[in-house]
Amino acid sequence: MSGIEFSLAGAVLTAMGSGALWWAERRIVCVSDLHLGKAARVARRGGGALPPYETRDTLLRLENDLAATHAATVICLGDSFDDLTAAQDLPEDERLWLARLQAGRRWVWIEGNHDPGPVEFGGSHMAELHLPPLSFRHIAQPGQSGEVSGHYHPKVRVQTRLRAISRPAFLFDADRVILPAYGTYTGGLRSSDAALAALMRPEARAIMTGTVPRMVTMPR
Amino acid sequence: MTALPKAIADWFGARGWQMHPHQSELLNRADAPALLLIAPTGGGKTLAGFLPTLAELADGGHTGLHTLYVSPLKALAADIKRNLHAPVEEMGLPIRIEDRTGDTTSSARKRQRADPPHILLTTPESLALLTSYEDAPRIFAGLKRVVVDEIHALSESKRGDQLFLALSRLSALCPGLRRVGLSATVDDPGAIAGLLTRHPDPCEVLRADPGPVPDIAMLKTRAAPPWSGGGAAHAIPEVLAQIHAHKTTLIFHNTRAQAEIFFHNLWLANEDALPVGIHHGSLDRAQRERVEAAMTAGKLRAVVCTGSLDLGIDWGDVDLVIQVGAPKNVKRLVQRIGRANHRYNAPSKALLVPANRFEVVECVAALEAAREGDLDGEPRGPGPRDVLCQHILLRACAGPFDAETLYSEVITAGPYSNLSRAEFDDCLDFCATGGYALRAYDRWQRLKRREDGLWQLRDPRAAARIRMNAGTIQDSDTLKVRLRHNRGGRALGEVEEGFAASLSPGDTFLIGGRIVRYEGLREMVVEVSRTAAKKPKIAVFSGTKFATSTRLCARIMTLLQAGNWPALPAHTADWLHLQRSVSRLPAPGRLLLESFPHDGRAHFCVYGFAGRNAQQTLGLLLTKRMEESGLAPMGFVASDYATLIWGLDPVTDPAPLFDRAGLRAGLEGWLASNALMKRSFRGVATIAGLIERNAPGARKSGRQATFSSDILYDTLQKYDPDHLLLRITREEAMRGLVDFARIEEMLDRIGGRIDHMRLDRISPFAAPLLLEVGKVPVAGMAEERLLAEAEAVMAAAGLPD
Repeated sequence: MSGIEFSLAGAVLTAMGSGALWWAERRIVCVSDLHLGKAARVARRGGGALPPYETRDTLLRLENDLAATHAATVICLGDSFDDLTAAQDLPEDERLWLARLQAGRRWVWIEGNHDPGPVEFGGSHMAELHLPPLSFRHIAQPGQSGEVSGHYHPKVRVQTRLRAISRPAFLFDADRVILPAYGTYTGGLRSSDAALAALMRPEARAIMTGTVPRMVTMPR
Repeated sequence: MTALPKAIADWFGARGWQMHPHQSELLNRADAPALLLIAPTGGGKTLAGFLPTLAELADGGHTGLHTLYVSPLKALAADIKRNLHAPVEEMGLPIRIEDRTGDTTSSARKRQRADPPHILLTTPESLALLTSYEDAPRIFAGLKRVVVDEIHALSESKRGDQLFLALSRLSALCPGLRRVGLSATVDDPGAIAGLLTRHPDPCEVLRADPGPVPDIAMLKTRAAPPWSGGGAAHAIPEVLAQIHAHKTTLIFHNTRAQAEIFFHNLWLANEDALPVGIHHGSLDRAQRERVEAAMTAGKLRAVVCTGSLDLGIDWGDVDLVIQVGAPKNVKRLVQRIGRANHRYNAPSKALLVPANRFEVVECVAALEAAREGDLDGEPRGPGPRDVLCQHILLRACAGPFDAETLYSEVITAGPYSNLSRAEFDDCLDFCATGGYALRAYDRWQRLKRREDGLWQLRDPRAAARIRMNAGTIQDSDTLKVRLRHNRGGRALGEVEEGFAASLSPGDTFLIGGRIVRYEGLREMVVEVSRTAAKKPKIAVFSGTKFATSTRLCARIMTLLQAGNWPALPAHTADWLHLQRSVSRLPAPGRLLLESFPHDGRAHFCVYGFAGRNAQQTLGLLLTKRMEESGLAPMGFVASDYATLIWGLDPVTDPAPLFDRAGLRAGLEGWLASNALMKRSFRGVATIAGLIERNAPGARKSGRQATFSSDILYDTLQKYDPDHLLLRITREEAMRGLVDFARIEEMLDRIGGRIDHMRLDRISPFAAPLLLEVGKVPVAGMAEERLLAEAEAVMAAAGLPD
């Protein structure tokens, strides 16, 4: 498993190349913004019928991460479903797959702005989760510390000798880490966007996802 | 003959004018179901197209729409409206003429639908939208004629395919509809006639007097052209002299970057401050319109331009066309030359300016071809199915339809006349369900089949979304360029996103003839400031690079075989002599390869004469095969006629490298993950309606709501590699950017006849290639290595990154 370690409020965390966060001491895998059922929601609303493979692709990558870490707990940081109808409409085989992933471990659904409310899957539902020294919520709150959140789908863009390379990324500083979106059909918001630049301290760093994750100064 | 109504005959008489023969010919055959008129610019072509309409409308007895005029340019529609209004008013005819384009206000559009004019001037996109309304049958009731202007240009693009599909719809709505196409000189009028007509109706081709033979030559310059590059800076003094000697000169370039550089250099030398403007597709619209207005008012002595002026408004005063850089394609050259001297019966005058030594040969070959009227066209292949998917969706917006009826309509459109029912059903299935191997979305299908067998939109509100995304013109990924200012500075134009990404603050580049300094990117706008810098970092925006046509490549090889070259300037002839004595000259029907050491590396040069795109693809495929056989290639560069590869070990046995099956296998493997494929896919998926460019009420920005089409492409490749859109994408890439068709054409042409020259040093022909820009490094895991390299640099400097 490839990853880069960093510490937040005294907790040692690993940013994995897949976009998942691994807290080895507590054996917790945390992922954000899965947006399961996105293609179905787009179709329902009269848009194009996107390739209906994103849910299985997201679950497959999650399954690989769980197998690699033997996680005891999974925390989904919100926007796990593209909306509540998408959660209800999840096809049977994908429901079963999800149930299989949940078997034998604790599973926490944090509410997001896309899925504000309980979904009919096992696991506990909560607005926030506090596991000192860390707290887990969907959207970062200014002034907090030891905070793990998602929502913004951060990505960073790095200029190399031959081309600019842009990838989803973790952003972190002494107060918080913001996770990249884990779902297959998700875009990203550049770290230079005012919303992200305002949340993060000037010395914030970023860890780019990919086969080999890389740490850089957060581009502003 | 349709009797010419008195009002029209009097109008001609009062001016002492006679109708041109082709104008009366068109009147004579006004009843023909389809007619194609080939006429030079300035030959009264447009009036010829409209005369039968004016004659039929003269008695005021027609109510509703009578004639639809379709042109590729909004500006042309507006121009024709002005030019047609005048004679119609002078003739006192009771005819209402209006235009309808993307610029027409919504209130005017509503009124036009409720009460259509007699003559409606429009574009393919606006027409496709009109046919998508539920009241289309009422809007088009009474329509008798369609006039398609500049059909030669439309027939080369998906815009034409969309137009011909829309015409198939119109013919179904208005039986007996007659079609007229107006075209510039083309290589194969029969092919265009076949597109225009309602298949399988015949379409007669009328040819106007082509006028006197154009006066074309190569511009003689004091300085010899350089060995490579495209700036043509050496020719500035002679070009200025020509501008002085003529009233108005159009100076065409093949790329926007070259136009910018040339314009910049021209102004540095323009001591008399002759008024010279610049016009190309990357410039801000307001700026382009200013140049067009100044041109119309006769205030400019010259305009440096690109294909953006290939079509459009007639400027009667243009008396010289200069083509800078090899024309790449004889047909386009001839059409450009036609932009000069629109007065009938005066010869068009044109000068070619080769930008480098090889282009001298190409220009001479092109001149011969132009004089002989030997035009080149590349066959387009069957109508693309992404456009058909959009047509099906637009048809559904107009109301429920029967699949069988729609299929029989579609195959009356020329580009789709060979479409099989199975192919049609694939497209229909894609529109309805997405066409995935995994049957999903049963509840959310876009199109539903009703109990009575008709297809309709599941959700009628989807019609608005489909219409918002209609059209086949792809905005390449461009970013706006603005002068930095507190409240948003002046827009200068657009550059490609890739170019913008390569800029660092402080870099300078040319746009609109001025040098600007890159300041930064804000909200997807490139912000720049004025700068006093004298030399810009090269403006490489706009990658539109045409490949030299197959026909012209063949002519060049024939010319090379001539033995001695009286038509060539001495500096170029000497170069060819030297190549012949050191190595060989490329010959038709054979493939010349050279191996030589240079700069400590083994070089391998392939003179395939297959055009830039195919030579580029060949470079990728050959280096891949060389990598597999352990020759350790390190990079390559491609031009229109050759690919030069360098690496650690020399090629000793080249024949197996050119094995067709091996190249094709390499293509299949490489193609799937190629950026060109993703680019093609984005276009296909947008046209077919999978990706929406515009969503109702959604703010368009780089927000996290949108994700890139590359993700859809990767997902389809992984889970549904045989999906319709991937098949369309592959077909398109094979013909266009990848151009494997021309590699196969090359393999057919050489039939295994390979001349491998092993030299002890670089050859005269290969040397200029080393100076070419666009070298492609060969490296697996390039991105990872680049990131690692950046990390190492930081580490070396003692920095934390």
